[in-house]
Amino acid sequence: MTVKEHLVISQASIDFPTPTGPYRALDKVNLKIAKGEFVSIIGHSGCGKSTVLNLVAGLYQATEGGIILDGKEVNEPGPERAVVFQNHSLLPWMSAYENVELAVKRVFKGKKTKAEMKEWIEYNIGLVHMDHAMHKRPDEISGGMKQRVGIARALAMEPQVLLLDEPFGALDALTRAHLQDSLMEIQKDLGNTVIMITHDVDEAVLLSDRIVMMTNGPAATVGEILDVNLERPRDRVAMSETPEYIRCRKAVLSFLYERHGQKAEAVPEPVVEKAVEEVMAEQKEVSPALVSVK
Amino acid sequence: MSERNDNASKTFSMEWFLPALKNAAIPLIGIFLFLGIWQVGAPKIVTSLGAVPGPSQVFQQFVGLVDEHQEARAKEVAFIERQEVRNAAKLEKDPNAVVKIRPYTGKATFFDQIWTSLLTVMTGFIIASLIAIPIGIVAGLSQTVYSAINPLIQIFKPVSPLAWLPIVTIIVSATYVSDDPMFEKAFVTSAITVMLCCLWPTLINTVVGVANISQDLQNVSKVLRLSWWTHVVKIVLPSAIPMIFTGLRLSFGIAWMVLIAAEMLAQNPGLGKFVWDEFQNGSSNSLGRIMVAVIVIGILGYLLDRGMLVIQKYASWDKSQALR
Ligand SMILES: Nc1ncnc2c1ncn2[C@@H]1O[C@H](COP(=O)(O)OP(=O)(O)O)[C@@H](O)[C@H]1O
Ligand SMILES: [Mg+2]
Repeated sequence: MTVKEHLVISQASIDFPTPTGPYRALDKVNLKIAKGEFVSIIGHSGCGKSTVLNLVAGLYQATEGGIILDGKEVNEPGPERAVVFQNHSLLPWMSAYENVELAVKRVFKGKKTKAEMKEWIEYNIGLVHMDHAMHKRPDEISGGMKQRVGIARALAMEPQVLLLDEPFGALDALTRAHLQDSLMEIQKDLGNTVIMITHDVDEAVLLSDRIVMMTNGPAATVGEILDVNLERPRDRVAMSETPEYIRCRKAVLSFLYERHGQKAEAVPEPVVEKAVEEVMAEQKEVSPALVSVK
Repeated sequence: MSERNDNASKTFSMEWFLPALKNAAIPLIGIFLFLGIWQVGAPKIVTSLGAVPGPSQVFQQFVGLVDEHQEARAKEVAFIERQEVRNAAKLEKDPNAVVKIRPYTGKATFFDQIWTSLLTVMTGFIIASLIAIPIGIVAGLSQTVYSAINPLIQIFKPVSPLAWLPIVTIIVSATYVSDDPMFEKAFVTSAITVMLCCLWPTLINTVVGVANISQDLQNVSKVLRLSWWTHVVKIVLPSAIPMIFTGLRLSFGIAWMVLIAAEMLAQNPGLGKFVWDEFQNGSSNSLGRIMVAVIVIGILGYLLDRGMLVIQKYASWDKSQALR
């Protein structure tokens, strides 16, 4: 895929200070993302996925290298790079509506009238199908609903880049499937650039244009990048049987479970094939709901 | 939490009645045991002012104090009436006559003194809160400010009100000079002493509450690039409210305790002065009256804390939180 440079992560490394000296979490991460592209990042827990996302968000500063968005270096957080945090991060003292309102007021003050803002807030809450619980507070709604409000808040900021950190990680398979479908729809309509972290192989294949596989830390970096050449709109059931889907799934599984997040190296081919098939069979058993929704 | 329970229990049932009885009975048993031991034990201790009064004698003293208060009120009303009649008569004779209206200056009764004490403690406490909460927020947000004021907090926090009082008295005498002062000097001195002693718990708890705001919420604020003011109002304050109130209630407890000591020494006409006067007086009633004061001080302190709790419930966003 030829990439027009919209968002560039260039030679980004980061050291965290620890009592035993600096800890190199990321080492020379390189990634170019085109406008409107959906990229997911997958890797073992603790490898540094959230750190990459926080770098793009501007919440962390790279020790070396950096992030360039539309030709400008990113060095602080901003609403044009909205984040959906892993644990929703809604303000517990505000209703769903007020949470979205806080973001909308910040971004559109002076650009929209009061009535327009209200309409825009309600529109975004509608996008994630939360109209019925708009005035409930986070402690009055379920985990899936909170995550939806988090997404609505991010979308309402009309960000150039939408950053999602394991947005559906804590949800049951059914809710997750619903939200994945909503996310695909929304992204199709709005054309945002999306970077999503996930540890779910099916989710990555279903949603992404490209899957970035990260090596294990310390000094984690991009191990492999996989193009997912599946037609959109994607239907999870119809797609699950196609050769391309199976190829992608296999490639990711092989990277994660066979090569244990190492860069390409000599692992005897037949062994890989066999192990991957086993893992896939196992996964299908575990998550039938994922496939049977819709 | 309890609203639903309340509705359910409006229908009278044994299920509801028995636990309620048990809840009320156990504290009552405690109180009666205490009163019993007091009644039996007190007469055995004989002091220079006679035997230590038991609960029934103390209650009589309380009734006496109520009577005294009512008498004083009646006298005041009579005084004002007399004055009005006199002035009216004067004006009738000569419409241009200058009439004097003198305020009633009888001796302050026990209940007047309770009122003064409440006023003093509230003044000191509110000023302290108005100082401590903003400073606490700034220090909680900025490590630099915190490092700068932390040594001062640590040094001044343990200082006793008895040590502050002479300094405050001298400074107030020197600086608070006015021909027609709005407040009495003794009042100002006591209020400032109370303030100095009850700043610290609110300050420290506000700092802790503000410094421990969840990283996630701080990230939200950063991504939204909220202004400093919006950040404080929408994120910092609501997060820190429970800790701020913990501090306020600790401060209030201290304020109430310090007040009595301050009033004794500053001769501010409050409960502290009442206790001191009775002690100096040394009549056969004195011990009983001081005990009335002790009980009133305790009950008022308790009620004021409950009042704070009500405000805390109103102000905090998390209504399900268990407060005690
Ligand atoms: N603020 C931080 N300070 C120190 N170490 C950190 C910090 N953030 C992340 N790390 C370390 O960096 C590594 C990657 O973390 P993270 O990006 O959260 O992993 P994940 O891929 O699970 O999201 C971990 O070893 C973690 O301990
Ligand atoms: Mg993470």
